[in-house]
Amino acid sequence: MEVPNVAEKWMGCVRKVTIGATKEQGGTRGNIVTVGGAKSIPYMDFEGEQGCKPVIAMDVLDTVPEDWPDALKEPFKDVLNSPAKWAKKCVEQYGADMVCLKLDSIHPDKGNKSAEEAVATVKSILQAVSVPLIIWGCEHNETDNAVMPKVSQAAKGERCLLAGASQDNYKIIAAVCLADGHCLVTQAPVDINIGKQVNILVSDLGFPLDRIIMFQTTGALGYGMEYVYSIQERERIAALSGDNLLGMPVICNVGYESWRAKEAKASDAEAPQWGSCVERGPMWETITAATLLQSGVDIIRMYHPKAVAAVKKFTQDLA
Amino acid sequence: MIAIAERINGMFSDVKRAIKKKDPSIICDLAIKQTEAGAKFLDVNVGTAAADQCDAMQWLISVIQEVVKTPICIDSQKLDVVKAGLEVVKSEVLINSCKGEPEELDVYLPLAKKHNASLICLTINKQGVPQDVHARVEIAATIAAKAMEHDFDMTKIFIDPILLPINVDQKQPRYLFEVFNQVKYISDPPPHIVVGLSNFSQGTKERSLLNRTFLTMAIAAGLDSAVMDVLDKDLMDATICAEVILNKHIYSDLFLKAVR
Repeated sequence: MEVPNVAEKWMGCVRKVTIGATKEQGGTRGNIVTVGGAKSIPYMDFEGEQGCKPVIAMDVLDTVPEDWPDALKEPFKDVLNSPAKWAKKCVEQYGADMVCLKLDSIHPDKGNKSAEEAVATVKSILQAVSVPLIIWGCEHNETDNAVMPKVSQAAKGERCLLAGASQDNYKIIAAVCLADGHCLVTQAPVDINIGKQVNILVSDLGFPLDRIIMFQTTGALGYGMEYVYSIQERERIAALSGDNLLGMPVICNVGYESWRAKEAKASDAEAPQWGSCVERGPMWETITAATLLQSGVDIIRMYHPKAVAAVKKFTQDLA
Repeated sequence: MIAIAERINGMFSDVKRAIKKKDPSIICDLAIKQTEAGAKFLDVNVGTAAADQCDAMQWLISVIQEVVKTPICIDSQKLDVVKAGLEVVKSEVLINSCKGEPEELDVYLPLAKKHNASLICLTINKQGVPQDVHARVEIAATIAAKAMEHDFDMTKIFIDPILLPINVDQKQPRYLFEVFNQVKYISDPPPHIVVGLSNFSQGTKERSLLNRTFLTMAIAAGLDSAVMDVLDKDLMDATICAEVILNKHIYSDLFLKAVR
């Protein structure tokens, strides 16, 4: 009996988005990163091209993360007070494809630092590493609208990825990204309809669709991961079915979300029955990333070098 | 929805005049407006305006191709006019139409294949226009079988089961919904299903309302293409709305804009 071919034929694809600009392209990056390009759902290579391999962006905070558990601080203990050194370590020692600078300290409740300080941090990281940079605001609209334009201008021409635009706050960030030649994260709270809406809103401002990365916020293993998984999977299927406004690469924030889970951060004394926290936290992060990858993710923000190494191996082995 | 825009047709007096005078302005205007309104194909029908229909068809297509890249739908019952059109089209093209008669299909299918064209096939045979579900589906099956025989890509076949005006026979719309349902199962992948929508409301009042209500019901039953008035914004909005309701597009607050 003939075995029927049940492979899907997809008519759409995920756009390719390039982040970072070399000297010839008007920036100073030593290497650039291209993500997207999938023409089938992840790891179904008999249905179509897989596109570019997912990349890992390691988070660097602009302030010492006081609330991090010791197991997470340990690999960065010598660099936590210097974002530039921290970024350098992520790239040179831990193999990060990109660095994601999280501007936590500009938040009114987390330091209220000035735009000038944020600009100085951005410049120091651009100088310290040659990989493309993601610059993530503090997610306080008023503050981000004041700080991100200055940060954007300071990194003009570097084709960074800036976060982000939401349904209620997209005009300023989209305008500055457009003016300074950066890529833009469009953000929705685990809601595919709003995700599409934000893409329409920024494209109405003239923002090119091939410079957008979508972010549906992230839930870690045990904390809503399945909701995010199904939204991202639906986004990817819509993209492959030809929905132009959902055919963008996807980013997820695995490090931060995984390490919020008590299963990841509880010390050995707090949870002796759960096994060593040195292994437990990275495992929580690894499993979250490895699972979400299968829903269609192109950039993964991560924290722990052990998790980074495990996920890198996973993406390479599966490719 | 594969919307085939109907306005460039010599049966309309402005187009007729333009063809007679070889005045491109009205044709260009219609080509641009219909494209902006969401037309996937521009139907081109020379009507009775010109003595030399082949020449008129080539002129119309050339004029349109100067201003838009929208694929052309060559609309003529005459084979030589279709061939003349095919000679000058530059991109994707749809032939409108041939009858579901084996001898005619044997001529049109190889012709369409040679030009990489899609083909509208009417469920009409020597007995004329069938009035019931069964005869229409039977002709549709003949068309599908012939397409397979000619190794013709089924996704380039458009079955037109002949939509009659509502005031001619009120039983027909219901029959057609059943035909749409059944034609979907004729092959895998199935052919497209198309109707000439404006014919539905010929000689009636409330034409736009009749057209769009029929179309939304028809989309739910499986229709995926229509020769229609794309400049009727209510009609286009209703079409998009029906497709969102059927989960063919992901909803967003700006969904009317998104689909366009």
